[in-house]
Amino acid sequence: MTQSNRLNQGGRIDRSRRLSFTFNGQQYMGFAGDTLASALLANGVDIVNRSFKYSRPRGITAAGPEEPNAIVQLGASEAAQVPNVRATQQALYDGLVARGTNGWPNVQRDVMSWVGKLGGGFMPPGFYYKTFMAPASMWMTYEKFIRKGAGLGRAPTEADPDIYDHFNQHCDVLVIGAGPAGLAAALSAARAGARVILCDEQEEMGGSLLDSREAIDGAPASAWAEQVVSELAGLANVTLLPRTTANGYHDHNFVTLHERRTEHLADTAAGAGREGEVRARLHRVRAGRVVLASGSHERPLVYANNDVPGNLVAGAISVYIRRYGVVPGQRLVLSTNNDHAYRAALDWQEAGREVVAVVDSRAKPDGDLVKQARDAGIRVITGSAVMEATGSQRVSGAKVVAIDTERFVVTGKVETLECDTIASSGGYSPVVHLASHTGKRPQWRDDLLGFVPGEFKGMHVAGGAHGVYALGEALADGAGVGAEAARAAGFKEAAAIAVPDVAVRHESPISALYQVPHEKPPLRAPKQFVDLQNDVTAAAVELATREGFESIEHVKRYTALGFGTDQGKLGNINGMAIAARCLNRSIPEVGTTVFRPNYTPVSFGAIVGRHCRELFDPERYTALHQWHVENGAEFEDVGQWKRPWYFPQKRRAGGQERLETMHEAVARECLAVRRGVGILDASTLGKIDIQGPDAREFLGRVYTNKWAKLAPGRVRYGLMCKDDGMLMDDGTTSCLAENHFLMTTTTGGAAGVLEWLELWHQTEWPELQVYFNSVTDHWATMTVTGPDARKLMSEVTDIDLDREQFKFMDWKEGKVAGVPARVFRISFTGELAFEINVQANYAMHVWKALFAHGEKYDLTPYGTETMHVLRAEKGLIIAGQDTDGSVTPEDLGMHWAVGYDKPFSWIGQRALTRPDTAREDRKQLVGLKPKDPKVVLEEGAQIVLDPEQKIPMTMMGHVTSSYYSPVLESGFALAVLKGGRNRMGETVYLPMSDGSVHQAEVVSTVFIDPKGERQNV
Amino acid sequence: MQRYSGFSLVKHALSHHENWQRHWRNPTPKKRYDVIIVGGGGHGLATAYYLAKEFGVTNVAVVEKGWLGGGNTARNTTIVRSNYLWDEAAQLYNHSLDLWKGLSQDLNYNVMFSQRGVLNLAHTLQDMRDVQRRVNANRLNGIDSEVVTPEQIKEIEPALDTSKRARYPIMGASWQKSAGVARHDAVAWGFARGADALGVDLLQNTEVTGFKIRDGQIHGVHTNRGDIEAQTVGCVAAGNSGVLAKMAGIKLPLESHPLQALVSEPLKPILNTVTMSNHVHGYVSQSDKGDLVIGAGIDGYLGYGQRGSYPTIEHTLQAIVEMFPMFSRVRMNRQWGGIVDTCPDACPILSKTQVKGLYFNCGWGTGGFKATPGSGHVFAASLAKGEMHPIAAPFSIDRFHTGALIDEHGAAGVAH
Ligand SMILES: Cc1cc2nc3c(=O)[nH]c(=O)nc-3n(C[C@H](O)[C@H](O)[C@H](O)COP(=O)(O)OP(=O)(O)OC[C@H]3O[C@@H](n4cnc5c(N)ncnc54)[C@H](O)[C@@H]3O)c2cc1C
Repeated sequence: MTQSNRLNQGGRIDRSRRLSFTFNGQQYMGFAGDTLASALLANGVDIVNRSFKYSRPRGITAAGPEEPNAIVQLGASEAAQVPNVRATQQALYDGLVARGTNGWPNVQRDVMSWVGKLGGGFMPPGFYYKTFMAPASMWMTYEKFIRKGAGLGRAPTEADPDIYDHFNQHCDVLVIGAGPAGLAAALSAARAGARVILCDEQEEMGGSLLDSREAIDGAPASAWAEQVVSELAGLANVTLLPRTTANGYHDHNFVTLHERRTEHLADTAAGAGREGEVRARLHRVRAGRVVLASGSHERPLVYANNDVPGNLVAGAISVYIRRYGVVPGQRLVLSTNNDHAYRAALDWQEAGREVVAVVDSRAKPDGDLVKQARDAGIRVITGSAVMEATGSQRVSGAKVVAIDTERFVVTGKVETLECDTIASSGGYSPVVHLASHTGKRPQWRDDLLGFVPGEFKGMHVAGGAHGVYALGEALADGAGVGAEAARAAGFKEAAAIAVPDVAVRHESPISALYQVPHEKPPLRAPKQFVDLQNDVTAAAVELATREGFESIEHVKRYTALGFGTDQGKLGNINGMAIAARCLNRSIPEVGTTVFRPNYTPVSFGAIVGRHCRELFDPERYTALHQWHVENGAEFEDVGQWKRPWYFPQKRRAGGQERLETMHEAVARECLAVRRGVGILDASTLGKIDIQGPDAREFLGRVYTNKWAKLAPGRVRYGLMCKDDGMLMDDGTTSCLAENHFLMTTTTGGAAGVLEWLELWHQTEWPELQVYFNSVTDHWATMTVTGPDARKLMSEVTDIDLDREQFKFMDWKEGKVAGVPARVFRISFTGELAFEINVQANYAMHVWKALFAHGEKYDLTPYGTETMHVLRAEKGLIIAGQDTDGSVTPEDLGMHWAVGYDKPFSWIGQRALTRPDTAREDRKQLVGLKPKDPKVVLEEGAQIVLDPEQKIPMTMMGHVTSSYYSPVLESGFALAVLKGGRNRMGETVYLPMSDGSVHQAEVVSTVFIDPKGERQNV
Repeated sequence: MQRYSGFSLVKHALSHHENWQRHWRNPTPKKRYDVIIVGGGGHGLATAYYLAKEFGVTNVAVVEKGWLGGGNTARNTTIVRSNYLWDEAAQLYNHSLDLWKGLSQDLNYNVMFSQRGVLNLAHTLQDMRDVQRRVNANRLNGIDSEVVTPEQIKEIEPALDTSKRARYPIMGASWQKSAGVARHDAVAWGFARGADALGVDLLQNTEVTGFKIRDGQIHGVHTNRGDIEAQTVGCVAAGNSGVLAKMAGIKLPLESHPLQALVSEPLKPILNTVTMSNHVHGYVSQSDKGDLVIGAGIDGYLGYGQRGSYPTIEHTLQAIVEMFPMFSRVRMNRQWGGIVDTCPDACPILSKTQVKGLYFNCGWGTGGFKATPGSGHVFAASLAKGEMHPIAAPFSIDRFHTGALIDEHGAAGVAH
């Protein structure tokens, strides 16, 4: 194929660099500097997609982010697929592969178009609410077809080969948009010394200057842009971010900028020769001041068949001709209600193509551009508009008619002009999207026929973004606003740059025209599209209002107006205008819908940044992790920690070596602790260092039990409740000194408890002098437990271990394996136990020393599973497993740990006296002994009293912990059961999902050593 | 009411759709009604509909400060499920699920209730214990629910990464097949159209600014369009409930938080079901339009701004890409937020108040869309009879005094 629509000269492309690309399976050539859209137009590709509802052929309509039709699937390989890329915003690169997102077998000959043609009439807005209801059972089948037809592109099915990152940035002035106003603003602010970030979504900075016909200081406007950009690039206080879209404007001038780093070069960073670099970067900018210089979007007019390929917005024509040297047709008809659009006709003619006519809705346009067109011999038809386009695969003509915009009727005879391109312009809509993100509603301006941004603290608006369109005025506005923003940011001396010289152009005023009246009534005319991407027609908007949808939000939702990936950039104002006409209201009365981030779509990956894969959530390891790995531990995730779950050993059986099952390993580990000595890495337990004169008082308020008398050297178990009286966490706290305590928490609860303490301290009791510090990582904790624990410990420590000198619930300081240590006599196994705390860096040394000495005692490492079995045998709870936020200390039988007579109120106290919390028949913690000792009940199994009862059954409680006990040689469980403490000896039933029903006896929660003698030996 | 059907579509097509009737009237407020419903969201409209249809109370006004269904009804991610842990909640949500099943036909309005199923993933041993517990409870409550293995999960939702590569590999899930999603706007419109047809006045752009209370009895409401009288007033105002309660001198144990959601651009079908993960903290489904509909948890702070903070969006997408690494190059289209009224025990309040005749239905927090028909139905029954419906009774305000809380925090997964 040749680039039939490419001019021999002109444009900002590099004709010496030819790029090959593929669209819908066909190969084409373009030039460096092209967008995919300009290259497709250069090659004469008319149909780029099919519309999603009616399957109508669609061509390129615009040249920027407002493009609704040219939505393509990008990517040569599966992993590099990107859905829904706008061809107008995608730079061309060598080897680019794209296809239209709809159309089968292809966009030229699409089977679905017959459905659209024949069925279109049966698909008014909201038709799906009115049908597919019978029979009810068929909906899922109907829906399958609806879903197949919907959607644009497709997700890749492989993981992303690229990476992304985040930058946090501050600046004094963030300028969004590098058109004339933005460049002038940036320069004013930068010259004053402000730290400036200037971003623009396009490949090249300059905005409308790049396709302007006007001169600045006697040179082409684009030359001024180049000169300013190069000055800014040379300033150390300026960051230039091309290819960077400001996508979200959040509270307090927090703006997210999305910078595309390799997407203009290749499918992937590696493909672009940038292995290891990021594909995109999200700048999270906190700006002192924001200058919104985002310009405006031209509105097309709404007329019949305005979606046939060859219908473009007028400004796009100038962009394609002047920036890319592409004329997208031969014979042009321009339909407009304003002067500015005449550029398209002049550019077209100067490119050597025929302008059939300019059709102007105004009676007497007489601006400079109009004169210029007339002087150039262009036929100008006034008081008229293009009412309808003819042609199906490409425009073949324009039906032109005189109209009365006030009465919304045609007034003359229809003349059909032969042409292949219709450009239209209905005026300009300032890009208010970002300003709307802040929650500020835009304001309607009758003189502009457009909305301008509402006022927002810290935000300044310059140029077209608030309707200052004429080049000279936009430059002056930008220069002034940039200086104003810099002054507001503290650069008191900031002054506006000298405004360059631009000839003033006389313009005749715009007149309101959105939908062009048709000979036929609106609901009977051929389709007049408002929102091209969603196939929303003017008739649909009218119908919605007739059906009682009067709020613009209802109209939008009923018709899907503005719901596309362009968020209504082209169609919204037209839609509102049509709704206003139908409801007999003004546009501001109808109001706007709310624009929301993102301005244009952003890859999930860019928002995720590095926080994925291995960095999704940090893995935390104890100081002994390497040893566990080397000794074959299986790990369990507890909070962010990797904890050894069990240590399977090799077994020999019948000459075969194999690893123990979990069951075997846990049984062995349990018996080792009960009969000899075992060791657990307990470092992950949360540890909070609490200091201050009021530390003791504070403990008394956050724990249910008493702390007034705990002496230095002593340890106490404590329960912590939420204010609703329900257990939240538990652990031991040791008194290190009068004003100094060490609190331990559950592994998973550590961060939450610290936050809880801070919350109460900071918000409720700021008068208490107390300080909290997480020391979880500072200390490694090793639990040596079992009947032989003292013997082993005596070999490695200078601490007096005598049972009278070092009592249960004492702690002592001394050396273990030559290292300073705190040793605690607390027990979570029911056996004699010493918890050794050493500075984490020494942990491996101490651990290894223990094993060196422990060999003769067969010291056995055990993991969390064995820990769970051992504590459950003793009826010791795990907060979060045996409790769930609905369990009080009383329910757990821990009356002894509640200081009802404490002299002040503590968290949960009041709640515990409420009638329901004081009820006798609450769910209480009990033990369960399965009738069949081989049975290990399912954790989470529900308990019923009558196994014959029909569903719904009366559930009395559930199993919270359940294991096989090698000591008891039986399964056993902990459970919560209604009125459980009064049901000792009763039989309960557990109906399982496979239909079986287990039986169990209600027993005490303590299965071993009920008197608690073993931990005191 | 004009009946909708495939046939009516064809008929209207022949007359160029010029003869469709309004969905609802735009009436001027009467001086007096038997019942006033404050709040024209899904719950309020459903209450009005069932009042008129099931209980013969048709002299009803729904007073809505903005447009019908424009609050959380229009902003939610539409997950409908009933696999709640506690009996009281399970009954309430399952009552609702039963109504969902015939709702399109009942309303003669296609609410697109799509029973695509819900997976609640488990990533830790404790998650698995919780899943088993909830599934067992659901089963004995007559709610369809089962525990599925990673292999089964892969079959249900192939796009999920069920490999061991993940930071928190998937260990299993609960699976409620009858759960799914619905079209939120259609739910509001269907109920509104149904209520209007039965004589209910839907008063849009009408804001309640105060209550008329004398001798401990409600007598009506003050609005920006004048006073309207009624001896029974039901407030169904979601995130604004605390504000309304304050006008009546009532303190509710509610916190109003922003809750955000986001959608991708429309994609060809890639997800079959709804996937929720409490541990990795995100959930996603795909709408009929093709968007991935994504959400997670509330923003921590309180406010009425209907906008949340950006870090929440980042965390949410991190979770989604962790679960679905293939979505990294998919693009986010829009985000938004609503204000949800959260209760300390993550269960709603359906209750009488100290003011006779004044009722509140609120506290649905992050998960009330699924309850829309059920909530409306039992609330309507309560308003009509002056006694709380048995399913609603456990959800009275009293429970915060007695302590009879129904704590769904632990087991609710990401609570939607
Ligand atoms: C982002 C997000 C995602 C969610 N996802 C889910 C989900 O997946 N599944 C689920 O089940 N739930 C979900 N929810 C929760 C669900 O949306 C709400 O619980 C539910 O919609 C509440 O319903 P409603 O009809 O009572 O509230 P709303 O629709 O908010 O209606 C309340 C109405 O009261 C009106 N009102 C308030 N004050 C006054 C006044 N003074 N006078 C007159 N009118 C007033 C408001 O304008 C509003 O229209 C989500 C919520 C959000 C925000």
